[in-house]
Amino acid sequence: MIPFILCFILFLIGIYGIITQKNLIKIIIGLAIMEYSVNLFLILIGYINGGTAPIITHYTSANASFVDPLPQALILTAIVIGLATTALLLALAIRLYRKYGTFDIRKINSLKG
Amino acid sequence: MEIYLIIMLILMICGSLFSLHAKDLLSAVISYGIVGFGLVIAFLILQAPDLAIVQIVVEIITLVIMIAVLNNTTHQQEESRFHFSKMLYFAVVLIFAALFFIAFNKISPLLSSFGNHTTRMATPYMHGATVTGSANLVTGIVFGFRAYDTLGEATVLFTAVIGVLTILRLKGKKDE
Repeated sequence: MIPFILCFILFLIGIYGIITQKNLIKIIIGLAIMEYSVNLFLILIGYINGGTAPIITHYTSANASFVDPLPQALILTAIVIGLATTALLLALAIRLYRKYGTFDIRKINSLKG
Repeated sequence: MEIYLIIMLILMICGSLFSLHAKDLLSAVISYGIVGFGLVIAFLILQAPDLAIVQIVVEIITLVIMIAVLNNTTHQQEESRFHFSKMLYFAVVLIFAALFFIAFNKISPLLSSFGNHTTRMATPYMHGATVTGSANLVTGIVFGFRAYDTLGEATVLFTAVIGVLTILRLKGKKDE
């Protein structure tokens, strides 16, 4: 149970970063930390004690137990999508910096009504 | 095995906390790297080598992009003074933490304890992977049974690349 709780704490740290930080780069880092913790949580669920990596070799015995390969196949997709969203966020941040000259979200306020 | 995993997770938590509180943005990005590479080792401990390979590539690319962004802009950070709104944000964080903790307590009886998972969903896939003839069950599932996932992933990736190119284009409209 302890790995689940630690993974959950990592998720909460990501939320803490997003809410309290004023710097765009740090907000993006908080989002990425949340995404990592979710990926890790699904892999933690699929782990089996004494299981080996789900790869069949000549040395694999017939009744060997593998860890669950289905979450691994899904997270493989999610990691790459996470990279794409992070790159898009960083592009937005660099654009905002060119316009306002700062990463501070308190000074990026000319769209305020 | 579990003790190594717990040590890696604690290292990741320390890295993320330092990353959010670093004075300089460059050191924040570097210590964000601790989280990503710690995740690589956690994947290796959890017997997921495919994910570890993908994660190490993705982490290096993310760090390179982040450092390139900081090189082209600034890595100084404005000092934030302590005032009332900070207390408000901290209260919001506490409320969120409490809500998530209640939700976690509700779902945690549904989870089997760590390491005692039963592969209910994956059993047909694992038998089917011998049909696909792939020695690696993960790639057997990804390309043999869930190819549309990869198609959707490619769509999202290309959309994001088009978005980045659109945002970072050098010439704007004429009236800018």
